[in-house]
Amino acid sequence: MNPRQIIGRIGLWFAVFVIVSPAILFFLWMLSLSLKFEVDNAAYPPVFIPEHFAWKNYADVLASNRFLTYFINSLVVTGSATALALLVGVPAGYGIARMAAHKSAIVILIARITPGLSYLIPLFLLFQWLGLLGTLVPQIIIHLVVTVPIVIWIMIGYFETTPLELEEAALIDGATRWQVFRHVALPIARPGIAVAFILAVIFSWNNFVFGIVLAGRETRTLPVAVYNMISFDQLSWGPLAAAALIVTFPVLLLTVLAQRQIVAGLTAGAVKGG
Amino acid sequence: MRPPSYWPFVVPALVVVLAIIIFPWVFTIWMSLNEWKVGSPTTFVGLSNYLRLTSDPRFLEAVGHTLVYTVLSVLLPLVLGTLAAVVFHQKFAGRGFLRGVFIMPMMATPVAIALVWTMMFHPQLGVLNYLLSLVGIPPQLWVFHPATVIPSLVLVETWQWTPLVMLIVLGGLAAIPTEPYESAQIDGASFWQVFRFITLPLIMPFLFIAGMIRMIDAVKSFDIIFAITQGGPGSASETINIYLYSVAFTYYDLGYGSAIAVVFFLLIVALAAVMLYARQRMLWTEIASGA
Repeated sequence: MNPRQIIGRIGLWFAVFVIVSPAILFFLWMLSLSLKFEVDNAAYPPVFIPEHFAWKNYADVLASNRFLTYFINSLVVTGSATALALLVGVPAGYGIARMAAHKSAIVILIARITPGLSYLIPLFLLFQWLGLLGTLVPQIIIHLVVTVPIVIWIMIGYFETTPLELEEAALIDGATRWQVFRHVALPIARPGIAVAFILAVIFSWNNFVFGIVLAGRETRTLPVAVYNMISFDQLSWGPLAAAALIVTFPVLLLTVLAQRQIVAGLTAGAVKGG
Repeated sequence: MRPPSYWPFVVPALVVVLAIIIFPWVFTIWMSLNEWKVGSPTTFVGLSNYLRLTSDPRFLEAVGHTLVYTVLSVLLPLVLGTLAAVVFHQKFAGRGFLRGVFIMPMMATPVAIALVWTMMFHPQLGVLNYLLSLVGIPPQLWVFHPATVIPSLVLVETWQWTPLVMLIVLGGLAAIPTEPYESAQIDGASFWQVFRFITLPLIMPFLFIAGMIRMIDAVKSFDIIFAITQGGPGSASETINIYLYSVAFTYYDLGYGSAIAVVFFLLIVALAAVMLYARQRMLWTEIASGA
């Protein structure tokens, strides 16, 4: 390497450092807040690494029996909404791609543009009439607004790139369309399904606006539960930050582990619901 | 023999989409034509909910806040995201991992993030005022003052969504052929000239898409604003979406809320149309000037 290249390298690493630090520093600070006792969180100048770690902040959050309820609620809502979306969305993506019915994508576009609250007004009334408020069903159904368009959109894109030859060969051999889909198209599409699954899970898990309207005391999901903690324990930052980190930790882990799939999915569809 | 159709694959999804996307829209339009409050009988009132919007100062103020918030939340991530994409386009050790770290803000749960930002904005104990004091800037009130609340929220939104712009532009950079760069190098072009006259025009379509997506998300932004300020202090950060929430689910004035939802949707479509029009104009000017 000549001196110019070395300077270029140093410059590049400096640029990388500057670009990544807002994200890294933020999450480190979140971790720091969550591991400090109130004395340290109220100190000025701020304490970055405390002398004593307040592990009890995490223990308190995890030990409250409400937390377990909300965690299960989140699992049920996100799990069901994602499973249902894959069940209807993967075949739909296949059908739309094979029929080249690109106009149907307009519906997905409308769903993408519509503010989440607009769905809530009519569906809130509907759920009230059906007597479903107070159960998790309304939230599962309304989370489909987030998950179904993501899955369909990604699967259309994916099936458009998978080769047709195999499917045509199978059809000539007398397989039905369903068999072709089940035994030829679906196995090839597994990476695409993984992308759709990951993004649907993340955006459903993160969703806040649907829960804030539809969830009662027993049916809160984790983001709503964390929001409600703000109003109650405004002064104790430690447990609050610990709760926030616990809620978002699964998503952060998934982001770093599956960053390649997430990047592929986001650049293909640039999806985000709600 | 006619080959069996693909329709059976689409029907289940069609039913779901009709139930959760089309039906709500049709019903919302119908509700917007009614005086519809929870707990009292509904009456058909025609367009009067829409007329009421034109003289509702809180709504008009919310439109203003939304536009300011949106313009800032499109432009800042667009500029920063492009710079970040140019850096991530280079090869360096640990690029994949660092890209994963870089996109964490956009994937993290917005409410959880909002909560930490609220603590960071705290005027006495917040870490942001401490950081400002290190470089000699006096403490700010951030989200607790009407004049600084929208810029502060835009700061969060920019931190959160710059990664999406980066990813889209990065996709654009990967698609650029290497020949123009080689000839520019031979001609002795500077880094800035290369960026301005080769990279920028070639990634324009991607910047446009990124800008469009950013606009749609910024206009609809809810979680961050609601969790940090709930539209306050006073109504200084009340955007259309936040106002819609109060009308529909604090006052339970569902007819009026539906009218807001319809106008809100049309506003987003209009903004998208303006952007498309501007893009077309730009393309025609480019062609006309032979660029």
